[in-house]
Amino acid sequence: MDFSLSPEHEMVQKMVRDFARQEVAPIIKEWDRKQEMAPFILPRMAELGILGVCIPVRYGGQGMDYISLGLVCEELEAVDTTLRVVMSVHMGLCSMGILQWGTEEQKQKFLVPLARGEKYGAFGLTEPGAGSDVAAIASTARREGDEYVLNGEKMWISLATKAHTVLWVARTNPEAPDPHDGLSAFILETDRPGVTSGDIHGKLGVRAGSTGWIHCQDVRIPAENRLGEEGEGFKIAMSCLDNGRYTVAAGATGLIRACLEASVAYANERKAFGRPISRHQLVQQKIAYMTQWYETSRLLYLRAGWLKNQGKRNTRETSLAKWFATDMSFQAASEAVQIHGAYGYSDEYDVERYLRNARGAMIYEGTSEIQQLIQAGYALGLRKDATLRKELPAYDPEAWQAEA
Amino acid sequence: MNIVVCVKQTPDTAATVTVEDGRISWGDAPLVLNPWDEFAVEQALLTKEAYGGKVTALTMGPEGPNEALKMALAMGADEAVLISDPALEEADTLIASRVLAKGIEKLAPVDLVFFGRSSVDSESGVLGSQVARRLGWPTLSLVAAINTLDPEGGSIEVERMLEEGRQVVRSKLPAVVSVVKEINEPRYPSFMGIRRAARVEIPLWTLADLGLEAVGSPAVAWPEIFAPPKVETSCEFIEGDSPREIAKKLAERLIEEKVI
Ligand SMILES: Cc1cc2nc3c(=O)[nH]c(=O)nc-3n(C[C@H](O)[C@H](O)[C@H](O)COP(=O)(O)OP(=O)(O)OC[C@H]3O[C@@H](n4cnc5c(N)ncnc54)[C@H](O)[C@@H]3O)c2cc1C
Ligand SMILES: Cc1cc2nc3c(=O)[nH]c(=O)nc-3n(C[C@H](O)[C@H](O)[C@H](O)COP(=O)(O)OP(=O)(O)OC[C@H]3O[C@@H](n4cnc5c(N)ncnc54)[C@H](O)[C@@H]3O)c2cc1C
Repeated sequence: MDFSLSPEHEMVQKMVRDFARQEVAPIIKEWDRKQEMAPFILPRMAELGILGVCIPVRYGGQGMDYISLGLVCEELEAVDTTLRVVMSVHMGLCSMGILQWGTEEQKQKFLVPLARGEKYGAFGLTEPGAGSDVAAIASTARREGDEYVLNGEKMWISLATKAHTVLWVARTNPEAPDPHDGLSAFILETDRPGVTSGDIHGKLGVRAGSTGWIHCQDVRIPAENRLGEEGEGFKIAMSCLDNGRYTVAAGATGLIRACLEASVAYANERKAFGRPISRHQLVQQKIAYMTQWYETSRLLYLRAGWLKNQGKRNTRETSLAKWFATDMSFQAASEAVQIHGAYGYSDEYDVERYLRNARGAMIYEGTSEIQQLIQAGYALGLRKDATLRKELPAYDPEAWQAEA
Repeated sequence: MNIVVCVKQTPDTAATVTVEDGRISWGDAPLVLNPWDEFAVEQALLTKEAYGGKVTALTMGPEGPNEALKMALAMGADEAVLISDPALEEADTLIASRVLAKGIEKLAPVDLVFFGRSSVDSESGVLGSQVARRLGWPTLSLVAAINTLDPEGGSIEVERMLEEGRQVVRSKLPAVVSVVKEINEPRYPSFMGIRRAARVEIPLWTLADLGLEAVGSPAVAWPEIFAPPKVETSCEFIEGDSPREIAKKLAERLIEEKVI
């Protein structure tokens, strides 16, 4: 067993940390208040190669491994959750979905521009009437000759108004005995006639990010845009979540670290009853817990990343990491606010934003309750991983870095 | 152009410096490329991108992985060389300049050498000029802009940033240029660069490789090192019945404290 990061990993970590701290940290409050994404964020992440970090070089990516993806997410969310959300949907849910399930033609056509950061990706699963219960999806895709006609609305979609490419799940067979089997996945370009979108304002957190709706009204797409087979949509969506949840877990770990660092700094500065509050044992207890949550979350997500590198199925481990890290990031943020006293309750400090941002991750990419059902399902033997027709490819440095 | 950039590995500036047993301690601070050298590496890369050629990062430092060289490679330097020798452990800038000048000669023919303005740990700020003197080349220090560069004609014109203003200086090539932070915006390393940096075998040159037998003992000694006295701050409210009275009390306090 080897717990050390490679020099490569360490350099990736530092590079992304420097970017987030130098370029985003100084301006993030302003954009959080405006409830808008700073316009430079996506192009800059593209330029730095972050948007293609773990995609093979021959598909336009940077050829790094899945652990690097986790480290990137940890560093990004230590500054702001919205940065990591970009990685969750663009990379975890969309690009990696195409890497796993796409044909060679689809990879050339759709993955290359995504990995290069020329296009941004999103993931359209949730609908106004279907969240946790994916089988209740009502949007449809009707086959007409060489085309599909898409109708329906997706809701709560991250990067809804920024994305060019959406992995879209719709019902192709309303008659399927098990409604899960009636779903199919599609690669939808948002510039097609009939696609409209908008952002939702008034969110509790991730205010400097885009979350919105996408509507399809008789949108025609070529049959080649179907990802996987007809009826495979549910499996594809779930395997995408194995990657999305990984980024969420790693990011939440970064958020816990940010809470810990802010709390340590403040507790050493602030005095009450004649000494720094860090000398009061009840404050120490909070710091101790945050340390525990940080270290545990980190081990859990790195294990999931390691499994991905090995090409081993990681649904269970990833779900556990996501559940634990997101629940604990909310708790850490709450304790950080507590340590800051009244100052933590104002946006003069960052911790109130951490608290608001942490809350969403307990809901998206499978609520904490859904993760609990998954964990209990495995433990009780009620749930087993069926082999997938296409698994996420194991990380192979040579193949990843080959030019063509 | 054959460009050399001299870099140093230093502790992260975020670290707290303490003095332990008469020695400076940076605790377990991570080692990084000297922040001033980031501008030198960037300028070397920009120069290469504009005029073609090659950038070699050169350092004198302890044996083993070197963060400064790794970072320079990750940012885009073509090659890196580590000069290391047990005899160099206590080297001062006189020795370092001699060793680096030999290293640069070994990389001949070199057109341009870049330095950062100083290193954040020892802050001497003279190494670039010393190396230039040893090589017999012009030294252009505190450079904030390169106005023109003519590799064929063998000339360079720069703007030096001085307290009094900017000074335009023209010189022949080869030359040694030490840069200030106003000169550019250092890039982040690229992922491709990071991979290369993590894998590339960095050659190690000893004193013998440079044709130096001994370097002598340092001319500069540090007989005593102590931390600056802690600055205690306190806050005092001056009260009074009228602004005039408060101002009077304040003025008296300031005179009493010898502030005015
Ligand atoms: C900021 C943000 C970004 C998002 N981005 C995306 C995106 O990019 N793409 C996308 O497709 N979706 C996205 N979502 C949607 C998100 O995935 C859903 O909100 C989530 O899956 C929950 O669905 P729901 O909101 O419909 O809640 P519901 O499914 O209605 O759940 C309501 C409550 O009931 C509980 N519950 C439901 N079923 C069970 C059960 N069987 N047992 C116990 N409890 C249960 C849930 O845990 C929850 O507490 C985003 C959401 C947010 C807030
Ligand atoms: C919305 C709002 C409205 C308010 N309204 C009023 C008002 O109307 N009037 C008014 O006077 N004040 C008001 N306050 C101030 C409030 O009462 C203080 O914020 C509160 O008493 C905590 O003080 P503090 O913020 O200075 O935190 P600190 O006292 O600095 O505490 C910081 C942290 O250290 C912990 N701590 C401190 N001492 C110890 C110890 N001995 N052992 C263990 N832990 C310790 C605290 O529990 C906290 O977690 C308001 C605050 C808010 C947020």
